[in-house]
Amino acid sequence: MSDQKVLLKVNELKQYFPIKGGIFGRTVNHVKAVDDVSFEIFEGETLSIVGESGCGKSTTGRAILRLDEPTAGEVEFDNTNILELDKKEMNKFRKDMQIIFQDPYASINPRHTVRQILTEAMEIQNAVPKKERNDRVKELMDTVGLGPHQADRYPHEFSGGQRQRIGIARALSVNPRLIIADEAVSALDVSIQAQVINLLKKLQREFKLTYLFISHDLGVVRHISDRIIVMYLGKIVEIADKNSLFTNNMHPYTKALLSAIPSTDVEKKKERIMLKGDVPSPIDPPEGCRFHTRCPFATDLCRTKVPELRNTEGMKDGHRAACHHMEAIRSGEHQAQVHA
Amino acid sequence: MTGAPDTSYDNILEIKNLQTSFFTKDLEVKAVDGVSFSIPKGKVLGVVGESGSGKSITSLSILRLIEEPGKVKGGEILFKGENLLNKSEAQMRKIRGNEISMIFQEPMTSLNPTFTVGQQIGESFRIHQGLSKKEAKKKSVDMLKLVGIPSPEKRVDQYPFELSGGMRQRVMIAIALACNPDLLIADEPTTALDVTIQAQILDLMKDLQKKLDMGILLITHDLGVVAETCDYVAVMYCGKVVEFTDKKTLFTEPKHPYTVGLMESIPQYDQDVEGDLAVIKGSVPSPADMPKGCRFAPRCPFATDLCRNKLPDLETDEDGNQIRCWIYSDEWDGDPEVNVYERSESTS
Repeated sequence: MSDQKVLLKVNELKQYFPIKGGIFGRTVNHVKAVDDVSFEIFEGETLSIVGESGCGKSTTGRAILRLDEPTAGEVEFDNTNILELDKKEMNKFRKDMQIIFQDPYASINPRHTVRQILTEAMEIQNAVPKKERNDRVKELMDTVGLGPHQADRYPHEFSGGQRQRIGIARALSVNPRLIIADEAVSALDVSIQAQVINLLKKLQREFKLTYLFISHDLGVVRHISDRIIVMYLGKIVEIADKNSLFTNNMHPYTKALLSAIPSTDVEKKKERIMLKGDVPSPIDPPEGCRFHTRCPFATDLCRTKVPELRNTEGMKDGHRAACHHMEAIRSGEHQAQVHA
Repeated sequence: MTGAPDTSYDNILEIKNLQTSFFTKDLEVKAVDGVSFSIPKGKVLGVVGESGSGKSITSLSILRLIEEPGKVKGGEILFKGENLLNKSEAQMRKIRGNEISMIFQEPMTSLNPTFTVGQQIGESFRIHQGLSKKEAKKKSVDMLKLVGIPSPEKRVDQYPFELSGGMRQRVMIAIALACNPDLLIADEPTTALDVTIQAQILDLMKDLQKKLDMGILLITHDLGVVAETCDYVAVMYCGKVVEFTDKKTLFTEPKHPYTVGLMESIPQYDQDVEGDLAVIKGSVPSPADMPKGCRFAPRCPFATDLCRNKLPDLETDEDGNQIRCWIYSDEWDGDPEVNVYERSESTS
């Protein structure tokens, strides 16, 4: 890992959304969507963020691109802290960082033809000379598996899978280095989803792209990622290379999340860790470890002290988890508490 | 409930050659095109398929909820041995929510935001069982307890916006089960939920299904959900059932190239895939431009001229499993040694 170049470094990122209330519209509280998150993305890798709704995975992606201005922290892209840049300087960096959204129906302008959609970013960034833009459109469409003859059609003339290909082509149009894919395949039918995943992998090989892949689908994540971050209520609970995360996971939440996925293996009965209740509100997250309200292993320590992300014996380099009791849970010393 | 149980039928629901179409000015779209299947008493049937396969329209047809410009054109829907298509609207209203209930995908939009949870559950007690407001509320609290909502006495007076997504889906289940239905139709009941909540809801449904001994028609696109909950599975493609088997056969020996393709294209969280995912090439054909022969032929790696020109029938083998594919018939004109598990191509 150490010989790899860090492309993006996120340091103590916080994103608090104010809640206005009262007759004067004062800020009465905050939604702590992302609370003190740090990680690195190496050049050419796919780093995934997984977690349930409200865990802050999409907010993290948006904060990195400053689509929502983060509350605090640093985001270093290629050694420049982009949160300090003014709008004009930031726009230059936007060429290097692109995003693909979940809903291909909502994220492309229905009144523009594919050609207009694809050339817009080239124009703004002046990434491609005017004369070459039409050729570039053809090339892009070909790259993502659409016919160049479809360039003058409108989005409604395409199926969902094709529209997502347009979204991908748009992201590629300015030759980015980092692509943030926010649930980019979640809205697609499985047979189409597989096509788009294969396309994303092919593009990564061809253009040496770096992906930040945000998803709730652990099957897709296992297939596409090099490393994986698991988030819960605005915090990272575990970060690991793919293999460690699926075979040597340490955090009780990661274990519960994996065990909750319905398996198509009808012959193997699997042990399920059933979590009680719902995710608490991020407005007043629980004290201590945020998972303690649902964790079968929680003790008084968990209710009072926030666990650090740390590596311990038997964990690979770079694999870290935030649980006070992970050693004792693994050795079997600390058993799940039986609730009444 | 209607008097002594009628035991003259084996299947709680039997659908025969159901045809539902939508009509535009100059076009008939056959959304459900000759679908047949049955659900034995107290069993769970899963219907799987991608968008546009007709699975949701099938379920709406059963409850006779198809609206203009759609129409159930033909076939039979035998519920407890009686054809629902011959019932009057008044008779149907007595069946809906009482003997057959339905859970929809979006708990957010299928609950009424202006009524409390208790009023919405109590509605079916009052309509179908003629209970008073007070009695209905008491029973609503019992239902909330049954579906595992904490402090039901408090929740019963709350509005849907005060509940989380998982709790709303529990309320939907409570409404659906209020009158002890014999058949529950669940259309993607957990698709909008997170996996840890999905696990809770599926567990609850399985548990209640055993307790109440009802039949369930579970519509989903998620094969994992099918594997965990169903007894039988029908795979649909373009308005037709292409394969119908018990669950174990489907997951251990799928036969239809579409079923096999579907399974291979899903990345699993519990195993690694080397290289690219297997894909089903192309996309679902437009309903206005259906292939003449087998609906799947344009995307099938094994298709021959026979497949492209003639629609195969749904054939039943000696184990009662059904398959709609020429490969398994005597007329098959392709490679006699064809192996549907060996995919010749992988395109992206």
